[in-house]
Amino acid sequence: MDNRQKLEKYGLYDSRFEHDSCGVGFVCDVKGKKSYEIIKQGMEVLGRLSHRGATGADPETGDGAGILIQAPHEFLAKACAKENFILPSSGDYGIGMVFLPTNKKERALCKGIFARIIKEEGQALLGWRIVPVDNSAIGKTAKLTQPVIEQVFIGKGKGLSIGKDGLDFERRLYIIRKKIENEIRSLFLKQKSFFYITNLSCRTLSYKGLLMPEQLEKFFLDLKDSALQSAICLVHSRYSTNTFPTWDLAQPFRFLAHNGEINTLKGNINWMTARQGLLKSKLFGKDLKEIFPVIVPGGSDSAAIDNVFELLVLSGRSLSHAMMMLIPSAWEQNNLLSQNVRDFYKYHTCLIESWDGPAAIAFTDGVRIGAVLDRNGLRPSRYIVTKKNLVVMASEAGVLDIAPDDISISGRLEPGKMLFVDTEEGRIIEDKEIKETMASSKPYGEWLKKNMLELDKLSADSVERIADRKSKTLYALRSTLYANKSYPLSANKVDPLTLFKAFGYTREDFKFIIKPMVEDSHEPNGSMGNDTPHAVLSDKPQLLYSYFKQLFAQVTNPAIDPIREELVMSLDTYLGPQKNILDEQPRHCHKLLVKNPILTNEDLKKIHDIKKNGFKTKTISLLFNISEKNNFKKALDRICKETEAAIKEGFTFVILSDQGINKDKACLSALLATACVHQDLVRKALRTQVSIIVQSASPREVHHFALLFGYGADCINPYLAYEAAAFLIRDKEVDLDLESAIKHYIKAVDKGILKILSRMGISTLQSYRGAQIFEALGLSSEVIDKYFTGTVSRIGGIDLGIIEKEALLRHKEAFAVDGLQRPFLATGGLYQWKKDGEFHLWNPDSIAALQGAVRNNDSKKYQEFAKLINDQSSNPATLRSLFKFKEVKPIPIEEVEPVSEIVRRFVTGAMSFGSISKACHETIAIAMNRLGGRSNTGEGGEDPARFVAFPNGDSKRSAIKQVASGRFGVITNYLVNADELQIKIAQGAKPGEGGQLPGHKVSAAIAKIRYTTPGVTLISPPPHHDIYSIEDLAQLIFDLKNVNPRARVSVKLVSEIGVGTIATGVAKGHADMILISGGDGGTGASPLSSIKHAGLPWELGIAETHQTLVLNDLRSRVRLQVDGGMRTGRDVAVAALLGAEEFGFCTSVLVVLGCVMLRHCHLNNCSLGVATQDELLEKRFSGKPEYVENYFRFIAQELRQIMSSLGIVKIDDLIGRADLLEVNSKILPWKAKKIDFSRILYQPKGNGRASHSPSRKPEGSGLAPYKQDYGIDNILDRKLIELARGALENRKPIKIELSIRNHNRSVGTMLSGEVCRIFGEDGLPANTIHFKFKGVAGQSFGAWLAKGVTLELEGLTNDYVGKGMSGGKIIIYPDRQSNYKVEENIIIGNTTFYGAILGSAYIRGIAGERFCIRNSGLYAVVEGVGDHACEYMTGGRVVVIGRTGRNFAAGMSGGIAYVWDKDGDFKNKCNMEMVILEAVAEEDARTIEKLLSNHYHYTRSSSAKNILDNFTPELKKFVKVMPIEYKRVLGGRKTEEKIELVEASDG
Amino acid sequence: MGDIKGFLKVKRQVSKCRPVCERVQDYREVGILPAVEHSMEQASRCMDCGTPFCLWGCPISNYIPEWNDLLFRGKWEKAYLLLSATNNFPEITGRICPALCEYACVLEINDEAVTTRENELAIIEYAFKHGFIKPNPPKRRTGKKVAIIGSGPAGLSCADQLNKAGHNVVVFERDDKIGGILRYGIPDFKLEKRILDRRLEILKKEGIKFMPGINVGMDLKAPYSRKEFDAICLACGSRIPRDLPPKADQPAAEKIEGRELKGIYFAMDYLIQSNKRAQGVKFSSDELIDAKDKKVVVIGGGDTGADCIGVAHRQGAKSVTQIEIMPRPAESRTRDYPWPKYPLLLKATTSHQEAGIRDWSVSTKKFIGENGHVKKLSCCRVEFKKNESGHSVMEEISGSEFELDGDLVILALGFLPPERNNLLKESFLTSRRGVFSCGDMRRGQSLIVWAISEGRRCADFMDKYLTQENNLPII
Repeated sequence: MDNRQKLEKYGLYDSRFEHDSCGVGFVCDVKGKKSYEIIKQGMEVLGRLSHRGATGADPETGDGAGILIQAPHEFLAKACAKENFILPSSGDYGIGMVFLPTNKKERALCKGIFARIIKEEGQALLGWRIVPVDNSAIGKTAKLTQPVIEQVFIGKGKGLSIGKDGLDFERRLYIIRKKIENEIRSLFLKQKSFFYITNLSCRTLSYKGLLMPEQLEKFFLDLKDSALQSAICLVHSRYSTNTFPTWDLAQPFRFLAHNGEINTLKGNINWMTARQGLLKSKLFGKDLKEIFPVIVPGGSDSAAIDNVFELLVLSGRSLSHAMMMLIPSAWEQNNLLSQNVRDFYKYHTCLIESWDGPAAIAFTDGVRIGAVLDRNGLRPSRYIVTKKNLVVMASEAGVLDIAPDDISISGRLEPGKMLFVDTEEGRIIEDKEIKETMASSKPYGEWLKKNMLELDKLSADSVERIADRKSKTLYALRSTLYANKSYPLSANKVDPLTLFKAFGYTREDFKFIIKPMVEDSHEPNGSMGNDTPHAVLSDKPQLLYSYFKQLFAQVTNPAIDPIREELVMSLDTYLGPQKNILDEQPRHCHKLLVKNPILTNEDLKKIHDIKKNGFKTKTISLLFNISEKNNFKKALDRICKETEAAIKEGFTFVILSDQGINKDKACLSALLATACVHQDLVRKALRTQVSIIVQSASPREVHHFALLFGYGADCINPYLAYEAAAFLIRDKEVDLDLESAIKHYIKAVDKGILKILSRMGISTLQSYRGAQIFEALGLSSEVIDKYFTGTVSRIGGIDLGIIEKEALLRHKEAFAVDGLQRPFLATGGLYQWKKDGEFHLWNPDSIAALQGAVRNNDSKKYQEFAKLINDQSSNPATLRSLFKFKEVKPIPIEEVEPVSEIVRRFVTGAMSFGSISKACHETIAIAMNRLGGRSNTGEGGEDPARFVAFPNGDSKRSAIKQVASGRFGVITNYLVNADELQIKIAQGAKPGEGGQLPGHKVSAAIAKIRYTTPGVTLISPPPHHDIYSIEDLAQLIFDLKNVNPRARVSVKLVSEIGVGTIATGVAKGHADMILISGGDGGTGASPLSSIKHAGLPWELGIAETHQTLVLNDLRSRVRLQVDGGMRTGRDVAVAALLGAEEFGFCTSVLVVLGCVMLRHCHLNNCSLGVATQDELLEKRFSGKPEYVENYFRFIAQELRQIMSSLGIVKIDDLIGRADLLEVNSKILPWKAKKIDFSRILYQPKGNGRASHSPSRKPEGSGLAPYKQDYGIDNILDRKLIELARGALENRKPIKIELSIRNHNRSVGTMLSGEVCRIFGEDGLPANTIHFKFKGVAGQSFGAWLAKGVTLELEGLTNDYVGKGMSGGKIIIYPDRQSNYKVEENIIIGNTTFYGAILGSAYIRGIAGERFCIRNSGLYAVVEGVGDHACEYMTGGRVVVIGRTGRNFAAGMSGGIAYVWDKDGDFKNKCNMEMVILEAVAEEDARTIEKLLSNHYHYTRSSSAKNILDNFTPELKKFVKVMPIEYKRVLGGRKTEEKIELVEASDG
Repeated sequence: MGDIKGFLKVKRQVSKCRPVCERVQDYREVGILPAVEHSMEQASRCMDCGTPFCLWGCPISNYIPEWNDLLFRGKWEKAYLLLSATNNFPEITGRICPALCEYACVLEINDEAVTTRENELAIIEYAFKHGFIKPNPPKRRTGKKVAIIGSGPAGLSCADQLNKAGHNVVVFERDDKIGGILRYGIPDFKLEKRILDRRLEILKKEGIKFMPGINVGMDLKAPYSRKEFDAICLACGSRIPRDLPPKADQPAAEKIEGRELKGIYFAMDYLIQSNKRAQGVKFSSDELIDAKDKKVVVIGGGDTGADCIGVAHRQGAKSVTQIEIMPRPAESRTRDYPWPKYPLLLKATTSHQEAGIRDWSVSTKKFIGENGHVKKLSCCRVEFKKNESGHSVMEEISGSEFELDGDLVILALGFLPPERNNLLKESFLTSRRGVFSCGDMRRGQSLIVWAISEGRRCADFMDKYLTQENNLPII
């Protein structure tokens, strides 16, 4: 067992959560002309993508690179001749590249299996060829695992026809490969992991391995041979988040190469397994079963989708057809698509759910080659078509030097669209044509019309009445439910109050959950963090839902904004049995379409009574008799049996119902039952035969619904939640009629579910269903393995017996002795501390003690506080509370590191000015600066006045400047004035969610530091739009390092399974510090369900991260920090022992400064003046820096005592010493008896040591001992700074011309940092420094460009142009030599001018998706934009003189856009949620005219000229996009601001 | 949460009392019941804190923010429901509770606390007025018999809880009427007895049997009661008054000079008698303690002392002086009593507002009499100093001696702790099986609200003892 396997078995690392992300591309000759040149060019492309790949601790080992080409017959024939065997003609033999064990015996065994199976399949083994390799240049890790690489040649069997589609031989090779794989997988081989068949085909051949892109050519000697020829070369370079990449995971796979991540993988695999039983294919016949499992276990997400794609293609579908099934575009709400295409998608949705997640996939079968982007366009993809019929597609532009005058098209892949080349036909087939062709290949529309029912349209007539009503209790029950508005709920006449009690409803559920949902149609917000016990530690019976935590996307894929980007989201649910997906018949769409899977009672009745199209519904009860023993187990078995029987009897829907409980009958957990039935059916390959509808009283919060869907429910009828709504109406708590109340409630649930989906980057419920995107906390493996198979549960926990006991406790409480039932529900106390409620760590005693201690510098009082928190023996709330320190030989406390040193490791968390008051924010900064610790700006900028210290030495400057997704106030000067730049990826209280600061809270002070307009709403998007993947994060780190090379860059992550592997990727992306936040951390405002149910405790996160980094030998490169509920010195000690070097405090600091946990932050109503912007309330703030200083000194002192008792002198020696901790088994609460902390306490062996390791520590450095290589030493900007010396020294204007290439990234950024450092925010006069470049510029061109700097580019560029622009000017136009139609071709990439604050930009050409996203002040002109342009914009002006994509102006709260709507169809593409469209007024006309004049002046734009030449008539075609709120705020004020008009002398 | 900004719009305003000149003429309640609208407005000031310190301060954990909100929104019935869930006698605590909740109120930090006590009173009086409160006897009887000995607030709340649980409850009381301290300790001007009777009427109708005038152990043999009842609760209070010893550290048995003079009484004797008189009981002249035209000196600065002052005013005292040995308390919180602690502050009760002189740091050295009747007190001033071990030690200030006229002296020096003899266990059980104890008798002299809390918690243990189950909802 190697270290990795050991860690996986005993530690917290889980290989299933590895991620990769990559550069992908292809080069292809459209006419199919084969040449060595194409392969050469492919490798060139690969090399130029290398900055998108990564290396681990061993700099010579890449994460994998490879190419896929057409079978090079001439070359192979020549090569085989040398091996003494003759190849038949091209196409009559198959080749496979095979990785084999280095052990001779094992290798021979493998080859023997090849020989036998090839023979069994009637084909001929022609021979083997050893592939010549030179491993002298490859890395150590790669060498250690390097397999023997041979090619196998298989001759086509005599009897084999070519088949209808010419693929019979290819299919045979597929079966051979699958059989060999299956057989070898089942063997016991020492070197089994060495074995792998890259591909086995008569059409394609791949060369790949654990290599860096530039090593590929050196390694495979074949690639140097010019006889090797192909018309197609698909390339891939991999960036894995860890450093255990393996040879077999290098891409391309057999058919495709993937850049991205499949978020719904677990669901996709489960569904594929479930549908295997249905697979049938005439083309395969009986052989089909040989290929099972379709998806090879242990592969990556990319490998899995390749497996399925391969099957679909080989069973008869065309490449484009198969790809459209797996990665459909967002068709559900796209009215711009033709009906035909929508029908096509709708039909295929009945066959298979989409593989959801960010993806750029390039695919080929050796003849055709294509590329597709996911529905949201979350991966960049650019292509060039030359006049010489060459197509080059890659993740970025500029990967191949192409003469500008040779370019005929400069394009980009658009969301959900496809680029497709057919070398046989010798042409590029347009997306529209492919889709229309596919869509009209079968009468899908007809089929749908005839076969698909829609629940909403199902009239009462189509529902057959059930004759004998009385025999059907459920029916009887529901009919009473409907007959009577007062809703007597159960046949057994259990009153609602008792039902509420039985299902654990509390008064809080009504007040905090149901009421806001019913009233406002959205789920409720709360503030501060979670300080209640984890479900497994709580003394009170918990619903099973509470044992699960939502997972979320961080770094490796982006969360989605379900509100602003609603057009990609869908809840559509198709009920009814699935059919064989290898076939295509009308009956495949024999489905019941449910638009809203949260069923009303009426909906449920319709489904229950349905008798059409063979649909039949069976209700299965979840009740059991409480008097029996082992009820749960028995009931679950019964339900599974009944479901199976129902399927056999032809029922198509089963309703799992918990209606009808009474004194003697209790019910199962609906979640457990659903998961159990789902898993059981998946295993029996029956799951696709039936739809599972859950009729349950238990779900009420969105988290509950998400769990039910995530574990397999198709639809849910939360009948008791509806009853709760009725209850509120009856109680006059809400003033609504029942129908609207329920409608609101459902809408709130819908929105909440979409949010939870999008948190993980998933767009459709269909893909989310069964995807199990949760981590369990406190469930035993016995429960997990049987019912929640595959879910991560790392500390073990409760078994079925305890789940049952909890259910019975609730039941007993509800059905208490007559006359003793309380006439009201239990208190709850989850969201507020209550004496009779759930335990809170922050309670009156602890708060009072802490405040008493710090105010009077009273160490005794502090000890009292610390005891209240540390000793949770009677109320364990945290995982760490169950630890104790081992007893070792103590040392005198005097020997321990002094307090003054320790406090330097303390930081305060990211709390923005805005979430907390100015006084509070500044008090914290002063205190931290005095202590030598660090305070954090939080999201939202910082007043530059604070950068200047006071005469007495105090300073209000926050050392840590945060960079969050909204980029508010992230101006160059802000970045330059930082000691640390922190990229906030996620926040414990709401990971994967955005935020919104409503206009009325945007005061003048806030607007000033955020560089926006007072009164205009500010929206923070869920993802950083420049981080959709790990290589994007590396790019942002690079950007920030450029702006401020002196600051360390840190990345804030939130604890969840896999955070260790993500951290590894981040370390490889050259971050200096990684912050692991616990899921319990505080917040100013966040949905309650996110506070409670998303993210995991930091104990797990820090331990996993430390272990994984040590294993990867990367621990010494980064420092680790932890926060999220730190309160005492003991907390610090535990965190250090688990691996942290620095420690962050937030909530406790607020308590120190007066917060008494009102939890009102989100209401702007803090009566203590801590978390409010209300001037009146702010005056009440009474905190002092001394309090904070006292607090941190107390903590340090407490820590010193612990260190002395552990015999440890320095904190550095504490780090990672998990062996000093043990479980305090005496205090395990009743539910947690079986809890197992051994994984947390595991210490992996590895070369990587914590940075404390004295032997590796460079002298004098407080930071990580191994400095990261940021790659900023020899960049273009160093030269620019040199060239601009005159300007920087004495403001002398300069203008210089230079050439540029795609590896020149973040050009102008470091220069701008210099400008700011020297001249401050005001920078230099306009155009003082003017650089003109020629060529293709790399990513982040002109990021954070400062005032006085102008960048002019003749050529093309990539993503992130002008991000954070702070006053500079960017001018981009195509090469003067080029002669393609500029206004129809792309010139800059995606996410451009993101968070721009000031400056101007003139772009002659089309921009990709998300142009001017979150622009807050830039003036820009562009000649066309992709989707989501001007998203979240808050200020500035944008003029678009060309076509726009969809979803223009989504979430745009400020600024103005002027769109030249030539075709008059702009309205359909604009998101009208927050804007109105107006005609341009006179002042607008002036703005437009000035900007266009400038544009023409700078770029010689013919489009601009045409408009200017006919200005008056053309002006009428302009539409003014005006945010409603912005308009109101501006009121009568003139919207026009000063626009610099080009000086006559310039240019 | 009705009005999130309520506390910013509305200032705390306590309800008014009747004018002094009027109220000292009678024994009716001093306070005026606040208008419904006033209470609703005041209730809007409650912030519905995430960590409601009021709950922490309140011994019976009234659901304060919840019913404040309901009150604000005029949802009286629900407010009453929640209020009565934790408090058996809100009409009593609503009148005379020192409102620990208000001292712990978050608004107390930098504003003024919510008028929680008055809000409580508003709810319960509204409930009475509108007939929400009807006798609601338990639906089933367990058949178990319970005796409660003592009918003060602890005994009564214990009885109420156990009765609700379906046990047959008999309450024994030594006095002639039920109520204990509620009836005879607290003057009518603070708690009119009709309020108590109104509640007792309901308890009776709900099935509690009251047996006043029986001194258990004397009139009724203890063995008898133990046979007759499945469980017994001793809630006999703590009524042995502390006397005036010559020196602070001397046992009470040693009395100061002149203590035997006539005209010196214990506060409880004075209060019980005056309460009875207020209800029309006549006393013979040699029993009578009357302040009319007397120079009254109350020794002891606590609540009982204050009650005595109010009575003395009403009886027509010539002058009233209250002296206290401890120093004058601060008027606002000191470092020793940070929020949310219940602070020792200078309080001006309604009785103090009526007239009289208060003096602090005064130690009584001896009484000087004429004809066997007290005429003067010889006093001196004292100060407290910390000794080496940090304890506070009282020292007389030499030369500070002075005399004080007084022909009626009331000793309101608190009560001696009950003789527990280690009988009482944590679970309210005594060392005798089936015999429980609660209230002042168990925990020593305390507040009414603590007595209610004691009674409820004791009832919970008793119920568990009786049924072997846990049915009774308490918090």
